[in-house]
Amino acid sequence: MRLICPICGARDRREFYYQGAAVALERPVPEADAEVWDNYLHLRKNLPGDLEELWSHDAGCGAWLRVTRNTVTHEIKAVVLAAESGRGTS
Amino acid sequence: MAELIALSPLGNADPLAIGRCTLSEVDPGPMTSIAPFRGKDGDVSKALRKSHKIDWPGPNETTLSGKTRCIWFGREMALLTGASLDDDFAKHAALTDQSDAWVCVALEGSDAEAVLARLVPVDLRIAHFKVDQTARTMLGHMNASITRTAEYAFLIMVFRSMASTLVHDLQIAMESVAARG
Repeated sequence: MRLICPICGARDRREFYYQGAAVALERPVPEADAEVWDNYLHLRKNLPGDLEELWSHDAGCGAWLRVTRNTVTHEIKAVVLAAESGRGTS
Repeated sequence: MAELIALSPLGNADPLAIGRCTLSEVDPGPMTSIAPFRGKDGDVSKALRKSHKIDWPGPNETTLSGKTRCIWFGREMALLTGASLDDDFAKHAALTDQSDAWVCVALEGSDAEAVLARLVPVDLRIAHFKVDQTARTMLGHMNASITRTAEYAFLIMVFRSMASTLVHDLQIAMESVAARG
């Protein structure tokens, strides 16, 4: 499996560290309701299909990447720098 | 106060010559990592050009001016080797003295590509990885910086604490390539 790092180019999976779903990009504001925080911390939809994920290019440039991966086929649909992807909308 | 004597990471070990490859320790002189502050990329580039007559390297590139080399070292970071920087430079960028933090070796010879192919998950053949190109990648299990300094020569850097592991891994790979004739 290869990821195309926007900085380094196509690189082997071994160079990356997998963080999981990109929930950290959708962190609520500190004053948000307990319900919103509960949702952020504990509740996941976990549907098969496209998932937004965070990967770190640990053994490469060190950038955090937002990767769109299909959890059924493992197809990588998009890789962008987390710093430039903006905060999530959902 | 006692005189302190600098020890090189490999203790000036003799070069290894195995098959069509040699491995030797390199002393690149002072090493400083430069991480420009937000929005200061232009200033850093200009200051570096003025003080060292060297360009800021883009991703996967190195630039060279005499014995001074600037190696792309990660996202928004480069490593200046073979020259020091004025304190003035700290206005534009975070500077860290890395001189004692890395072990640097040169792998040279016509089998150098074949040796690295056993250890590195990046295509380092000349068609894909030209002279003065660099990559942050892995060598075995170690995070490394690998630069092609000539057609048959690579500069390899890993964390200093892993110096003997680096030599061990490279030696095994050199012996394996040599054994195939």
